[in-house]
Amino acid sequence: MASICSGYAAMDGNDWRNAAHSTGTSIMAAEFDGGVIIGADSRTTTGAYIANRVADKLTKITDHIYCCRSGSAADTQAIADIVSYHLNFHGMELGEEPLVEVGAAIFRELCYNYRDSLMAGILVAGWDKRKGGQIYSIPIGGMCVRQSVSIGGSGSSYVYGYVDANYKPNMTKEECVKFVSNSLALAMSRDGSSGGIIRLGIITEEGVERRVILGNELPKFYEN
Amino acid sequence: MSSVLCPEIPAAGFSFENCRRNALLENKGLTVPKATKTGTTIVGITFKDGVILGADTRATEDTTVADKNCEKIHYLAPNMYCCGAGTAADTEMTTQMISSQLELHRLYTNRIARVATANQMLKQYLFRYQGYIGAALILGGVDVEGPHLYQIYPHGSSDHLPYITMGSGSLAAMSVFESGWRQDLEEEAGIKLVRDAIAAGVFNDLGSGSNIDVCIIRKGAADYKRTYDEANKKGIRQASYRYPRGTTRILSSKVVDVEEVCVQRIEPERMDTA
Repeated sequence: MASICSGYAAMDGNDWRNAAHSTGTSIMAAEFDGGVIIGADSRTTTGAYIANRVADKLTKITDHIYCCRSGSAADTQAIADIVSYHLNFHGMELGEEPLVEVGAAIFRELCYNYRDSLMAGILVAGWDKRKGGQIYSIPIGGMCVRQSVSIGGSGSSYVYGYVDANYKPNMTKEECVKFVSNSLALAMSRDGSSGGIIRLGIITEEGVERRVILGNELPKFYEN
Repeated sequence: MSSVLCPEIPAAGFSFENCRRNALLENKGLTVPKATKTGTTIVGITFKDGVILGADTRATEDTTVADKNCEKIHYLAPNMYCCGAGTAADTEMTTQMISSQLELHRLYTNRIARVATANQMLKQYLFRYQGYIGAALILGGVDVEGPHLYQIYPHGSSDHLPYITMGSGSLAAMSVFESGWRQDLEEEAGIKLVRDAIAAGVFNDLGSGSNIDVCIIRKGAADYKRTYDEANKKGIRQASYRYPRGTTRILSSKVVDVEEVCVQRIEPERMDTA
């Protein structure tokens, strides 16, 4: 199977059938005052061909828990479906909204147990009554760690410096939206297998607010 | 013990006992037989009140055209059809299997099956086989939620989009959609766009060819137009190229009498074994 950063290198010939449908991606999540903001680019690639230029990599798990998917599209969609089933069932038995860390634990369980056959790097983000806005990063081996800001996918390597320099705890909602969309725009402009539009999700106690930043409205930086 | 009346039931599941032998033979230079893969152009769009699916009709075996007029738009349910690209046998069997499950689901729930249901069944089935079932599908249909179009890959991922192309001719077809598709297209304009997209595949992709099949699915009715158009008609012979009798002049002639031949049958004799 093709790797996350498959871009152009992993293509042997251009047989669209043999190349795994992969999300060479830029995804991120950041805590702010009152919740979390998740964001992603919208490009999915099959080898060098853009199979979908308006993909939605922010996938709903429950009303207050979302995940950002990177890696193999088939693997991450399957995992998200299974976790969604388990977590919603757990929510019904519990009689209240499931905790974000429980959702992350189910993701981790699947990603760790099937680590040899899966290609999935997932950010689990959401809001619950116990701990407010939370982000859990589950990279390829199946580790799970809580972070207040997290980036993932092939585009993330270009913006670690920007994120470290500009993230501040307890930002306002609009400050954080600006921070996330700037980071993603920078990642998308440098990473060949990321691009398209920016999709955002703002998760607070009230639920989720979805936003889209179109290609011609992306934040602009030095382009020579 | 095992007998004709009481045969031993063979172990369930796949047998992999020949894998090592096959790998060895392949290393020694044996060319392994390949399954028929359909170099294909298949497309789907949503329009004002439904979806339109389109497909070419060429099936290939390597560089040979195996079938000049095959069906690539498969029936799933009365309100759903599915275009298939990839391994011909896999697309056929996968759609038949899901079609059967959808019919049982419709009978059990007493409702028209949803497109999202078919999508989930197809992607879970394909994911289970980790891409070894080589079926790339465009699923289209109309249900209580309105018209829907899904793109499903052999590994089991799916996308929900307003217009889709797949197969080896997908790049040619997508260029037609990217320039011509609009929201709330009228039916006639939609059919023309689908026809043009398939024609682009037929003319620009070697793996696609022959006729154009179109299937229009509106709320409550599906209209399958088999051989909607022949993109490149074979030329018709304009004149007769037969030469009239006597065109070649006889320069000389000689008549030879054929000798009478006598055929004599000789009965076989018994060999003397005394």
